[in-house]
Amino acid sequence: MIEIKNLWKEYGDNVVLEDISKTVNDGEFVTLVGTSGCGKSTFLKMLLGMESPTRGQLLIDGQPIPDEPDQSRGIVFQQYSVFPHLSVLENVMIAREFERAPLLGKLFGGRKKQVREEARALLEKVGLTPAADKYPHELSGGMRQRLAIAQALIRKPKVLLLDEPFGALDPGIRADMHQLILELWREHNLTVFMVTHDLSEGFYLGTRLWVFDKVRHDPQAPGAWGAQITYDLPVGEIPADTLAKMQQQINEPEDKKITGESA
Amino acid sequence: MKRLVNLTPSKPARILLGLLPFALILLIYVIASDARLEANPSDKLLPSFEQMGDAISRLAFEPSKRTGEYLFWQDTLSSLTRLGLGIGIAAFIGFTLGLLTGALPTAYAPLAPLITVISLIPPMALLPILFIVFGLGELSKIALIIFGVAPFIARDIQRCTLEIPREQLIKAQTLGASSWHIVWRVLVPQLMPRLINAMRLSLGAGWLFLIAAEGIASTDGLGYRIFLVRRYLSMDVILPYVAWITLLAFIIDWLLAKTSQLAFPWHHQGGKA
Repeated sequence: MIEIKNLWKEYGDNVVLEDISKTVNDGEFVTLVGTSGCGKSTFLKMLLGMESPTRGQLLIDGQPIPDEPDQSRGIVFQQYSVFPHLSVLENVMIAREFERAPLLGKLFGGRKKQVREEARALLEKVGLTPAADKYPHELSGGMRQRLAIAQALIRKPKVLLLDEPFGALDPGIRADMHQLILELWREHNLTVFMVTHDLSEGFYLGTRLWVFDKVRHDPQAPGAWGAQITYDLPVGEIPADTLAKMQQQINEPEDKKITGESA
Repeated sequence: MKRLVNLTPSKPARILLGLLPFALILLIYVIASDARLEANPSDKLLPSFEQMGDAISRLAFEPSKRTGEYLFWQDTLSSLTRLGLGIGIAAFIGFTLGLLTGALPTAYAPLAPLITVISLIPPMALLPILFIVFGLGELSKIALIIFGVAPFIARDIQRCTLEIPREQLIKAQTLGASSWHIVWRVLVPQLMPRLINAMRLSLGAGWLFLIAAEGIASTDGLGYRIFLVRRYLSMDVILPYVAWITLLAFIIDWLLAKTSQLAFPWHHQGGKA
């Protein structure tokens, strides 16, 4: 269970997130949408441990989230999240090698074979078996993201963080990836947080949709107020007019909104 | 007529055009040399190819009367040993420092300013100090190459380390990697082709420092030889030696490039993933 208690994030005078309180149960699939710069990526970074809250608490199973990334929370970025110097198979195996070979970071013989089998099984699941011996630069964008997901899952994290993972993919491939991520989510019993620009993705995937937006604006001091979660909706029960309103909120550019409201 | 920027010569034309300047230079040299030798057969400034061949076969295939060594090969061996040791040690030091300062902020803070300042010292200005401290032997020549090249490699590797996408380092941590794992399994392999590239770029400087040090204080070596025979205006030795040095530089560069392509194919096929 992840608890967010009166969470604030500020950079100097610039308030990014203000006073967020939520609870997320194990196994939920939360989609985070919002305009760019609204703090949803900052929130993901806090879950990852790269940023810490300025005020308030971020608890995982009652404990504060560690202040650096570790194997309990997996991540898939939009790009650069696989290792270019390793083959597809090695990219998946390396996580087990980190775990089981603290000194060399590399396994040999029987122990290596065992990890290889495990990695192959995971590649089979994400549909990368034919590409097991290729290098990442030989893969298409979608295959590379499949690899990044397989890599993130081998250490069996409880929480999976996705930072616009399908943003650079073609629509057709994106649909396949949605299918894949839903399957893996159910099978591995993951808690998923996914940041996306694509609202329809938020509706299709997952169990819960969060919209990040600034409730108050001061045109003289754009950094004075931070974003809050303006909508927290269970997916599947959202009325059409709410959808339209949200669509508008997300697509409106930040500067236009400020002048519009002050006028 | 296409614009000049869109005009690409065909492949045979490209090769021909590439060879053309070489052929022209040779031709001009032969004409000039012939003219001078005709006016004065004992002219030393522009020796004929025959004279150069004689001089080199004397140095390469007849033992020296004084020492019994085949001077040309002895010079080559000495120079290559010095260059290899110098560049090799410089690469090791530079790689270690660049990797540490690039990967660890706690190493960057105390070391990076120092490396920057050291890299700004003109290495040739250190040569007298090296001669005083290490004497006139091998050590001071190799030390000059190290001082000249290592800071450049260190800064280059540092920059390359910092350029590796942060996402990869974070990803490795979410896979349970320790700092050591990240350095050893994520950074070092990706930096190896960059190191070879940095070595290729620093070989020019390496040769410069080698020949300068040999010219000033040495008893053998390619640089020593050309500085020695300068006293006798022996262009018939100097010109082939310069050509030989150029060929050696070319071969070393080519070997490094090939090694990199064979050992790190993912790097050369443009993989950043």
